[in-house]
Amino acid sequence: MSPVSRGFLGRRRPVEDPSRVPPGQYVTHDFPVLSAGPTPHTPLEEWSFTISGEVAEPVSWTWEEFLGLAAESPTVDIHCVTKWSKLDTSWKGVSVDALLGNVESEAAWLTAWSDGGYTTNLAVEDVTGGKAWVAYEYGGEPLEPEHGGPARLLVPHLYFWKSAKWVRGLTLTRDDEPGFWENYGYNNHGDPWLEQRYQGD
Amino acid sequence: MARAALSGRLSWQFGRVVELVEETARTKSLVLETPARQGHRAGQHVDVRLTAPDGYQAQRSYSIASGPEDEHLVLTVERLVDGEVSPYLVDELRPGDELELRGPIGGYFVWEAALVGPVLMVAGGSGVVPFRAMLRHGAALGSDVPMRLLYSSRALSDVIYGEELMRLAEREPVEVHLTLTREWPDDWAGPRGRIDGPLLDQVAWPPPQRPLIYICGPSGFVEAASQTLVQRGHDPSRIRTERFGPSGQ
Repeated sequence: MSPVSRGFLGRRRPVEDPSRVPPGQYVTHDFPVLSAGPTPHTPLEEWSFTISGEVAEPVSWTWEEFLGLAAESPTVDIHCVTKWSKLDTSWKGVSVDALLGNVESEAAWLTAWSDGGYTTNLAVEDVTGGKAWVAYEYGGEPLEPEHGGPARLLVPHLYFWKSAKWVRGLTLTRDDEPGFWENYGYNNHGDPWLEQRYQGD
Repeated sequence: MARAALSGRLSWQFGRVVELVEETARTKSLVLETPARQGHRAGQHVDVRLTAPDGYQAQRSYSIASGPEDEHLVLTVERLVDGEVSPYLVDELRPGDELELRGPIGGYFVWEAALVGPVLMVAGGSGVVPFRAMLRHGAALGSDVPMRLLYSSRALSDVIYGEELMRLAEREPVEVHLTLTREWPDDWAGPRGRIDGPLLDQVAWPPPQRPLIYICGPSGFVEAASQTLVQRGHDPSRIRTERFGPSGQ
């Protein structure tokens, strides 16, 4: 138990349902932007999405083909490791279940990779069973580049660095291979409810 | 604050406030005595946690302003208008208080002498904080890596570490360029206005020299500066960004 910070009362903003806010997080109503480098701007005609690695046959979609895949419109709460949470965010995109349904693979892990060189690692079981999407709309509008457009991974049950912006593919792997932030001291799994922010949490 | 082991958990520790330095009307530096010499790298940040009498807690991240060689850990905090933690740190905290800390955190937005330079640092407002750590680190090492800081501030009265930056710029490999965006003295001879392409051309090494570029500031500032540098031919993989502030929209 932490001792009281003398004179600190907190400026708690009213939250309708505190049970939706993980420990150490606060609710924000805007949409902060965080990234390790410049925002990439890949033209849509050069964009593709590829599933490769430990698969019988890699598969790839162009932007037009990707928009033709059956889409879902999840409304989810998101949690950033920098302490903000945003409730009831609405997205449109293709579920990772549907995408992985196009390949045969026994792999238990995958690496999401992005324009600009970003990577993040995820257990296949963390992105299947209706838990993850590749999203291209936010709030009914095309996803803005600063927020990861044209398309980003959306894995709302993990800290948001796992929801790779500017995602271009999933590489299935036999072993767990730490991604960008996972190599720089952040937690390998990133469950906000267990406050898995940093290595060893 | 040192990690017990590479895979060990970063534990919460207490820092005792030994001094509070008013940098500007909105900004204070918290000088902290930490139990163990922390061994951070220049550019890293720490998490700060406050606890209310009823057990409610609030956490935020702050860049470390001190160099790895400095005796004390220094955080420089700007009071945000609607903030919850920053008004407490700037207005309420007193010498002798204990502050709960966890860190150091982050391994990418760091500068170490082993990295191939030269180094361009682009700061918007309180985004200058991690660059103070980098410049102090360079000075402590006597590093000959060329370092240029381009610092955008609203007015002279908002400039953080003004005198210290001038002293740091006395070292041969270091240059500090200040641009004022809203107010400037009548006799101001430096650049005026926001950081744009022509100013970056003037201050930055040309792209073929492959400067290592760090940009820190509010999200819109970082987006604009990084896009301008990419458009001018700088390799995106040589540009490291750190954004803060309420919104990018």
